[in-house]
Amino acid sequence: MQNYLIEIFGSEIVAYILATVPVLAFIVVFVLFAVWLERKVSAHMQDRLGPMRVGWHGVLQTLADFLKLLQKEDIVASANDKALFNIAPYVVFVTTLITYTMLPFTSIFIGSNADVGIYFVLAFSGAVVAGILMAGWASNNKYSLYGSLRSAAQIVSYEIPTALVVLTMIMLYGTLSLGDITTAQTSQFWNWGIFGGPVLGIGKILLVPFMFVAFIILFISTLAESNRTPFDLPESESELVAGFNTEYSGIKFSMFFLSEFANMFLIGAILVIFFFGGYNSPFGYLGNLLGIEWLIPIEQLFWFLGKGMFFVFVDMWLRWTLPRVRVDQLMTICWKYLIPYAFFNLLIVGLILLI
Amino acid sequence: MKTEEMILNMGPQHPSTHGVLRLELVLDGEVVHDVKPHIGYLHRCFEKHAEAMTYAQVVPYTDRMDYLASMYNNFGYVGAVEKLMDIKVPERVEYIRVIMGELQRIASHLVALGTFGLDLGAFTPFLYLFRDREKILDLFEITCGARLLYNYMWVGGLSHDIHPDFVRKTKEFINYFRPTVVELNNLLTFNKIFIERTANIGVCPAKEAINLGLSGPNLRGSGVKFDLRKNDTYSIYDRFDFEIPVGEGLVGTVGDCWDRYYVRVQEVEQSLRIIEQAIDQIPDGDVSKEIPRRVKPPVGTVYHRVEAPKGELGYFIVSDGSVNPARVKVRAPSFVSLSAIGQMAKGYLVADVVAILGSLDIVLGEIDR
Repeated sequence: MQNYLIEIFGSEIVAYILATVPVLAFIVVFVLFAVWLERKVSAHMQDRLGPMRVGWHGVLQTLADFLKLLQKEDIVASANDKALFNIAPYVVFVTTLITYTMLPFTSIFIGSNADVGIYFVLAFSGAVVAGILMAGWASNNKYSLYGSLRSAAQIVSYEIPTALVVLTMIMLYGTLSLGDITTAQTSQFWNWGIFGGPVLGIGKILLVPFMFVAFIILFISTLAESNRTPFDLPESESELVAGFNTEYSGIKFSMFFLSEFANMFLIGAILVIFFFGGYNSPFGYLGNLLGIEWLIPIEQLFWFLGKGMFFVFVDMWLRWTLPRVRVDQLMTICWKYLIPYAFFNLLIVGLILLI
Repeated sequence: MKTEEMILNMGPQHPSTHGVLRLELVLDGEVVHDVKPHIGYLHRCFEKHAEAMTYAQVVPYTDRMDYLASMYNNFGYVGAVEKLMDIKVPERVEYIRVIMGELQRIASHLVALGTFGLDLGAFTPFLYLFRDREKILDLFEITCGARLLYNYMWVGGLSHDIHPDFVRKTKEFINYFRPTVVELNNLLTFNKIFIERTANIGVCPAKEAINLGLSGPNLRGSGVKFDLRKNDTYSIYDRFDFEIPVGEGLVGTVGDCWDRYYVRVQEVEQSLRIIEQAIDQIPDGDVSKEIPRRVKPPVGTVYHRVEAPKGELGYFIVSDGSVNPARVKVRAPSFVSLSAIGQMAKGYLVADVVAILGSLDIVLGEIDR
């Protein structure tokens, strides 16, 4: 896609800037939709209706809320560290946005099919910590500080099981590029990562249970990395008021909000790419059947978003069902359970791949 | 490395202090070294006000103390005045008072259980319980028109007789409500994360609970079988068959947050039993026949205590023979419960302070009066 844009505009910089537009637009539209969905999902789980007034079943509610947030006064308290305070929300948002460049939305649209794809995603989703720490420290508020320190400890800890599972999957596919990982799972759904990926023969049957374990570990640890319930300690509203974003208002607050929801889709997308075939259809394409070639990318986009949204929905489902764990229990889950299991899993998968 | 303690002011504006309470936490990292509650943000001089009003005028003020259990505040106050004046209220009034009191206990416990879950991050049970509480408030509404502050029990009687539909609707409510307690247990009580968060947290052994003066579910959560409805019976509670649930340390230690929570869950069932027995026995009669034209007790003092949903609610009234009470002193259960948090929370984490506070079920309107 970039090459095409470079041809049209004759300038690499313009082409790359334009290539980010669909991603940015996607994030904004997705967040508007996801916030509405979250409110509707929670409402229906709790015997309520949720927003009903603004548009059909309240679909425009988040747009209205967003416009309201834009008009809010941008409060910077006198005791805040101004430079850090102002820059932190953008650091958090940009690091989340950057990771989207690596996601293969369809076979023809991928921001960058870099060879280091997943490594890049892990690096930048870890870099969110910097922004959160900046926000917490610069706010000069004890609740913010607690929230950001919890968040730093949490994200850094859960990077380890995430990385271990990712390593397992890299061994399976033999590549770090997210585009190539998706391509490796094409044609039939039994080529998906959860069913042992492109491996053939007896190894495939042996792999299935371990892939399932890997999936569970990756799901839990990415959930924790995106600060969602039951691991939403950095912003646990009943203890720390709002955690690291207590002092923020207006557009800066909405930046944190945007990146939280963008993160939700990101972890869904990562799970889908590793375990559920990325944009691949489980049944083959209608476009192939009818001989319409341009239909295929649209179908791929549908499957990618559909599968990703399913995991977003599961996140919401968990959030409105479970209480929150305590900070020491959070660390126990990570260090005492997830990391040893992930190591063990890595070892076994390696052995199976050798035979 | 040099470390120092940090002071964190939790409240008065904080989502889980259950009102305008300020807790001064002395922290070492996340570990709590000391908790000092600061109260008085909601002080409305109830006790002083009462001295300037007639006995009957005090009743609506008692509503506003524990605003989640207004019926029971009325119950205690009119009981004290009736004891002072030696009034025997009609049977019908006694039965209706007990039914209303127990419905109010359920409503109050539902709020306590729901907000406790909310403090631990479980949002959904809270709304389920509020949905059920609405049904109780509907029953109160058809009875006296109010949903929160009833002014229903008057000295010597009641402000209104029950609605013709009341008995039927109450029975419907009991049938509807029983399964939702099971639902609550499935969703929250025996949830693994919930148990991890509450078992062995804020442990208060029986001896310490007695020393602290705890009462009600907080005392029973520590395993002390003490309930004023049985141990110092008042009104007509001696006629009903019900049990006193106590904390048994089912998932942790006796007297932990989970025990205090579970005692409330079980008490809801016992209250339903009392209502079931009472609702069929309501005798005929006139509820306002015995209401005195002029409430003017003889010179003397009285202390009357009742088992309010939060614990022992006591009214100490001094009468100088005039139409105004010379002194009204309230022994508020939440006030005593809150004073225990300093001992209970020491050594636990910040998140546990929220859990312990939630398990004590305090209402600031009652603490500050």
